[in-house]
Amino acid sequence: MVNRVLAVSLLAGLLAGLIVAALQHVTTTPLILKAETYEAALRAVAPSQAAFSGEARVFGEARILLAHGTEAHGDHAEWKPQDGLQRTLFTSVVTIATAIGFAALLLAGMIAANETIDERRALIWAACGFLAFGLVPATGLAPELPGAASAALEQRQLWWIVTALVTAGGLFVFLRMETPWLRALAVLAILAPHIFGAPHPAAPESKVPAEIAAHFAALSLAIQAALWLATGFAVGRLWPWFTRRAAAQ
Amino acid sequence: MNTVTVSTQQASVSERVKAVAAALLLGSVLVYTVGFAASASVHNAAHDTRHGLAFPCH
Repeated sequence: MVNRVLAVSLLAGLLAGLIVAALQHVTTTPLILKAETYEAALRAVAPSQAAFSGEARVFGEARILLAHGTEAHGDHAEWKPQDGLQRTLFTSVVTIATAIGFAALLLAGMIAANETIDERRALIWAACGFLAFGLVPATGLAPELPGAASAALEQRQLWWIVTALVTAGGLFVFLRMETPWLRALAVLAILAPHIFGAPHPAAPESKVPAEIAAHFAALSLAIQAALWLATGFAVGRLWPWFTRRAAAQ
Repeated sequence: MNTVTVSTQQASVSERVKAVAAALLLGSVLVYTVGFAASASVHNAAHDTRHGLAFPCH
């Protein structure tokens, strides 16, 4: 069964990841590249702005963002993929790895819950996966383009992980348990991270035009939904096939 | 359950526990690496995917 889990995760992730990588290439990535041109343009004027307003934060942020610049390397000499084919390749590989990871998490949940794995059930679990790991965390931390203003990374990562896990657990309890007080507790648990509040910067001073950022947020959520559903579909198709094959041997 | 062959319920508990552990390990290691690892090289390689899939980035 362990072998089947690994094989189905890898294959389902590869298939779903390839599709979504192609989608990303024509949807979110062009907007990221566009946002980087704004970022680069503002970086050029940032030092004088910082000197003028006496605001070190603008300058500091610009320095941090140098790692993502298109041509300016500055004092950051870390490795990064070259723009063009190499960058596209790395993005695609990482997206496939994400899909493999989601497929494995999906299987872990379904097997732990003693669920029959077929196309319909895998798709339902995948939809819940999108809610827990995509939509609900995004209500607190909206998908961001490079250059958007944001709070400290570690705080946001922690909030994201806690929210995703609590939402996943809450959804499971709500959908599986009959006891009213348990279900009420699940709803409260799902709401709790939002009542606590996601970490946000003191002043929302994004360098990216709002129209591009809004378009990106919508696209990003759609791409995530596509990633989860394609992964769920592939898992739901491949698992019964692998099971039949193992039984036939 | 009418389709016994596609059910996970026929597997023994210990087999299921092992399968869940393997899937959980693979899934969390991969998602953590692509979405959250702090290494600069990993971050730069995963940059566009992190933004594209709304993982917290920068």
